[in-house]
Amino acid sequence: MSERSTEMIRFSQVTKRYPSGYDALRGISFVMEREEMAFLVGHSGAGKSTLLKLITLVERASHGQVIVNEQNLGRLGKRRIPYHRRAVGVVFQDHKLLNDRTVFDNVALPLVVAGVGYREIGRRVRAALDKVGLLGKEQVLPITLSGGEQQRVGIARAVANRPPLLLADEPTGNLDQELSDEIMDLFHQFNQYGVTVLIATHERRHIERLQKRVLTLHEGRLVHNGNGGDS
Amino acid sequence: MTGYLLRHVQVLLSSVGQLVRNPVATLMTVGVIGITLALPGGLYVLVENVERLTAGWDRHAQVSVFLTKSATAKNLQDISATLRKRPDIASATPITAAEALMEFQAHAGFGTALDALAENPLPHTIAVVPGPGIGSAEGLRQLVAELQALPEVDDAQLDVEWVQRLHLLLRLARRGVWLLAGLFSIAVLLIVSNTVRLAVSNRRDEIEIIRLIGGTDPFIRRPFLYAGFLQGVVGGAIAWILIAGSLSLITSLVSELAVLYGGGSGLTGLRAAEALALMAVGGGLGWLASRWAVARHLTEIDPQ
Repeated sequence: MSERSTEMIRFSQVTKRYPSGYDALRGISFVMEREEMAFLVGHSGAGKSTLLKLITLVERASHGQVIVNEQNLGRLGKRRIPYHRRAVGVVFQDHKLLNDRTVFDNVALPLVVAGVGYREIGRRVRAALDKVGLLGKEQVLPITLSGGEQQRVGIARAVANRPPLLLADEPTGNLDQELSDEIMDLFHQFNQYGVTVLIATHERRHIERLQKRVLTLHEGRLVHNGNGGDS
Repeated sequence: MTGYLLRHVQVLLSSVGQLVRNPVATLMTVGVIGITLALPGGLYVLVENVERLTAGWDRHAQVSVFLTKSATAKNLQDISATLRKRPDIASATPITAAEALMEFQAHAGFGTALDALAENPLPHTIAVVPGPGIGSAEGLRQLVAELQALPEVDDAQLDVEWVQRLHLLLRLARRGVWLLAGLFSIAVLLIVSNTVRLAVSNRRDEIEIIRLIGGTDPFIRRPFLYAGFLQGVVGGAIAWILIAGSLSLITSLVSELAVLYGGGSGLTGLRAAEALALMAVGGGLGWLASRWAVARHLTEIDPQ
């Protein structure tokens, strides 16, 4: 077995300039170790979503280097992008669930896409739903669920394929405090199972509660990189 | 490998399901494809039939050889005998001027008018039927020229110029079929790609989500390709039914006509292989159009 880098994410002097000339990110450099959990904070428009999009290759960096899971994303061809994304679970603020399909089918989607066998899909979907506490809702349509439950379905989908890296973009944005804490605790749990977790949020409460590393963005620059404290 | 096949079958079935769940839209698309394919297909069948029914007609071609006024009855018999020996002539029937006159009187009703003439205005004639060895119009023309050049022969006329014209027209029609087929294939491409374009934009969210969780473009394309293919195949089948139905409507008329012209009887529809080819063409066009439409829309929602 070849020696694996201990780094999960490395940004080196990354700039993202949009065609309009607007710089969403400017000279960002940081490293996230494997099995680490960190928060990405900043005002809306600070570049949090853009940074996450660079990791999932929804966007490409204009300058600098992004390395994820030992893969230099700048050198990753268009055809390889889907395979890269299978190794990164993403949770969205608006869940992005398919409302005409059951919870089971939603969670199964990344597995179907990856060509996992039928029986294995059933096993993994139930395991993922069990972890988020929705095992009884397999055959329900997502719209009949509450906001917090829908977000759990989104999380189950993100982890169904057991990715080593989990990203979340404002996963608690629309939830009340109690549900929000539950969701964050779920992410914390996955981190304890060994998944690297990076969460973009503007809620300082979670940062203070969980005491993890914080990356603070301000107008596209990384202005703070360290344990949750001042920014 | 079986897993791969199984997944394809699943996608195929779910595509069928999608189409069945929107019966009106599906029927409309499939119907338009059917009619579009039926037009060149039907014309093809028509040309094939006319060709088949008229195939024997230029073998019935007859050359009338008119002898000069000075030719005698003996000349008539001699020339007929010589002609009969030629391999490219099936028969040469001498018709004396007197016989010709009698026939003419009997048929044309000019009886009294002809009686008024002092002498028989008609020349001796030989009715020449070309041998089966002469297949082409070119061969016929050459035979006519040779006959014209014979001594004591005034003129030789081919009686089937209209058949040649018909065949020329048929060749034109045949080319027209292919031209039409080309144009209508483009029409099918446009119809299907427009349908697929709608389907893609209806499922834009789904496509985006599938992409975000690592679905490859072939995976995203697959259901659309199957849907396009299936609609094309069913469209081809509808075209076949339309052609067969139209044929059965006109078949009795045509066989009457065929009997009148002494040709073969009845119409033939598309052979099984041709019907399958029609469905394959429909399926192929549907597949191609889907691929084209999906590719265009996938690049539209590509990351920058």
